[in-house]
Amino acid sequence: MPDPLLDIRNLRIEATVYAPGEKPRNAVIVDDVSLSLERGKVMGLIGESGAGKSTIGLSALAYGRGGIRLSGGEIRLNGREIRLASGATLRSLRGKEVTYVAQSAAAAFNPAKRLMEQVTEAALAHGVMTQAEAEARAVDLFRTLSLPDPENFGRRYPHQVSGGQLQRAMTAMALCPKPDLVIFDEPTTALDVTTQIDVLAAIKTAIAETGVAALYITHDLAVVAQVSDEIMVLRHGKMVEHGTCQQIIEAPREEYTRALISVRSIDHQEKSPEGEALLTVEGVSARYGAMAKDVLSDVSVALRPGQTLALVGESGSGKSTMARVITGLLPPRKGTITFDGKPLPGALKDRSREELRELQMIYQMADVAMNPRQTVATIIGRPLEFYFGLKGRERDARVQELLDAIELGEGFADRYPAELSGGQKQRVCIARALAAKPKLIICDEVTSALDPLVADGILKLLLDLQAREGVAYLFITHDIATVKAIADSIAVMYQGRVQRYGAKSQVLAPPFDDYTDLLLSSVPEMELGWLERVLDHRRMESAGN
Amino acid sequence: MKGMPLSAQLGLFITVLYFAAAILAPVIAPYGMSEIVGDVWEPSSARFWLGTDNLGRDLLTRMIYGGRTTIFVAAMATALSFTLGSILGFTAAVYGGWVDQVMSRLNDLVMSIPTLIFALVVLSVMPVTLPILIFIMGFLDSTRVFRLSRAVAVDINVMDYVEAARLRGEGQAWVIFREILPNALSPLVAELGLRFIFAILFISTLSFLGLGIQPPAADWGGIVKENREGIVYGIPAALVPAVAIVTLSISVNLVADWALNRTTSLKGGRGA
Repeated sequence: MPDPLLDIRNLRIEATVYAPGEKPRNAVIVDDVSLSLERGKVMGLIGESGAGKSTIGLSALAYGRGGIRLSGGEIRLNGREIRLASGATLRSLRGKEVTYVAQSAAAAFNPAKRLMEQVTEAALAHGVMTQAEAEARAVDLFRTLSLPDPENFGRRYPHQVSGGQLQRAMTAMALCPKPDLVIFDEPTTALDVTTQIDVLAAIKTAIAETGVAALYITHDLAVVAQVSDEIMVLRHGKMVEHGTCQQIIEAPREEYTRALISVRSIDHQEKSPEGEALLTVEGVSARYGAMAKDVLSDVSVALRPGQTLALVGESGSGKSTMARVITGLLPPRKGTITFDGKPLPGALKDRSREELRELQMIYQMADVAMNPRQTVATIIGRPLEFYFGLKGRERDARVQELLDAIELGEGFADRYPAELSGGQKQRVCIARALAAKPKLIICDEVTSALDPLVADGILKLLLDLQAREGVAYLFITHDIATVKAIADSIAVMYQGRVQRYGAKSQVLAPPFDDYTDLLLSSVPEMELGWLERVLDHRRMESAGN
Repeated sequence: MKGMPLSAQLGLFITVLYFAAAILAPVIAPYGMSEIVGDVWEPSSARFWLGTDNLGRDLLTRMIYGGRTTIFVAAMATALSFTLGSILGFTAAVYGGWVDQVMSRLNDLVMSIPTLIFALVVLSVMPVTLPILIFIMGFLDSTRVFRLSRAVAVDINVMDYVEAARLRGEGQAWVIFREILPNALSPLVAELGLRFIFAILFISTLSFLGLGIQPPAADWGGIVKENREGIVYGIPAALVPAVAIVTLSISVNLVADWALNRTTSLKGGRGA
């Protein structure tokens, strides 16, 4: 058997943690992880946030982010130990033998330099090739990655290309110096599904054509199943399961892996559209400030009490603007909003306290949606005080009731947001919305910042609360799986218009319009060969036209 | 107080010492404030620890009483400038639009006049009393605080939790005092230490120029003024207030830095 390209044995990574209100302590981030990767193979590292997958990925460059120590084990790359290697050795191999593709391409590119200069930088710095060779290779890679106009693509600046293109340009940057190993750190997580599928296909082609080995880090099992040969499942810095891609997907051995695969298995019965609508949006158009173009044009939807309307679409489709219009932060230019039988004033300042109470909002980023200087008791208690005049013991009792409703027990009332996990923070935000006893809660991408298992818990909680309190949700999301799990009716949005609207069973059943078809077929499915099948299907369709 | 670094402990000790001396001045001062007890510019001795000044008054006594005036005026002026500056700054940030424009441009207007000259002009036409002195110093300094607090508040004002408060229907007062102020505290505390020192330097400068604290009352700037001719003869009396100002500045800032670290690390505030 040939020597593996990358051989990590019993890796141990530690860091000093500065927990609020406690003394700094040592934490083990990665414990006893071993993996070996042969040339030309792709290994997927999968796990929730905090599983240590990025940390392990970066350790293949013998690099640890701020305050992290690679404290034990062996990291062998091309047969030599690099964990304790000198700075000079590391500099000679980083960007030459191993390269890295970061999650947020927009933040990783220097906005002041042209793409070509940045893509060829590593190859030139290491003297792997001449300027002309490097540029020729970059153009080849642009072509392989199906970037538009590959000859001239490199002359653009980062802001002149789209997010998906930038992510592919970063892949080109990583592949340009002909490395032996590329680390992909969540390369498609920040992209829309319709873009993600293109980038995924491009990355897969590029890996196949260049014969490079790769570590592919992601939290999305369906994505990693499309590109990797082997998969390693990680949790809390320890290996849970390791096997071939097929074995992990089709016959997972561990309980945790099974949970990851069966995530989003919520079965939600669609409620029949009956009775008066709670919220009716009719012919609404809106724009920001002095913009020449409407962000929302002529949008009409309706939502019945106790039901869920999902607004689906990619970024820029106007879903969040819709939330701003309904909450009154952005008065509409045209059209009317009717809430609970009465017309709702367009501007926030014209709404009565009662109207404000009945319409609550939950945000995407729970961290910034709560004042970091207020305790949970203040955060949840304030709406009680503000809307119902509850004080003292009465208020505390109701806060505890709400904490119980969101499945957080005793002892949470005195905590600060920084002392909660991501899922707990979102639960507190739900409790704050519930405290007002609203009729409608607008949920703006409430699960997209969370790990799949945690997100699943939040969705179940929301459905539970809906059944118990009869509250309606306007659910804004880009994730079709979430929509399937929670919606009663769906509005698909595209470029500020409602593309398709109706009951869930109708919207998700053929015949589809082109955009809905593209959107639905782009959602990665948990099976091998899905990517090829979809792409083949699309090729045939476009050939047929 | 646990886990307080040595530098902050030292800073706190010296700061407390100065403040205690200021508060307890009549009790601990060995002589009366303007009592002539010895020869002109006597060197330090067992009777006069720091020697005597240009009229033969005990320098230590003068320093203690001077510190009392200087620290009192500087503290009051700083308190005034922070109350005024931060409330106006937050208001400008929260209201935005033309309210912000008018307030910010007026602020720029005041700032465009050099502070010292502005103060000299005003003080030369008005009676120099303590309240007027404090008001002028506080008002002029509040322009700096205004800019800082407005900049900080503009950042905080766009956070989701402020939006959440607005959607709840909260008034501007709640937004300013309960949502923004606690999160703006860290940079303001850091600035507070610095501004207090600037206030001490400012009142000392004014007194040195004769428009600050009027004799026979003592303050540190005034003591430098009274004894400045002594430097020519090698008399160090004028340098004693300088040493006092330096040690107090460093000490206050050591404490402010520590407070800043504490408020940012605790409870995940800004920058944590």
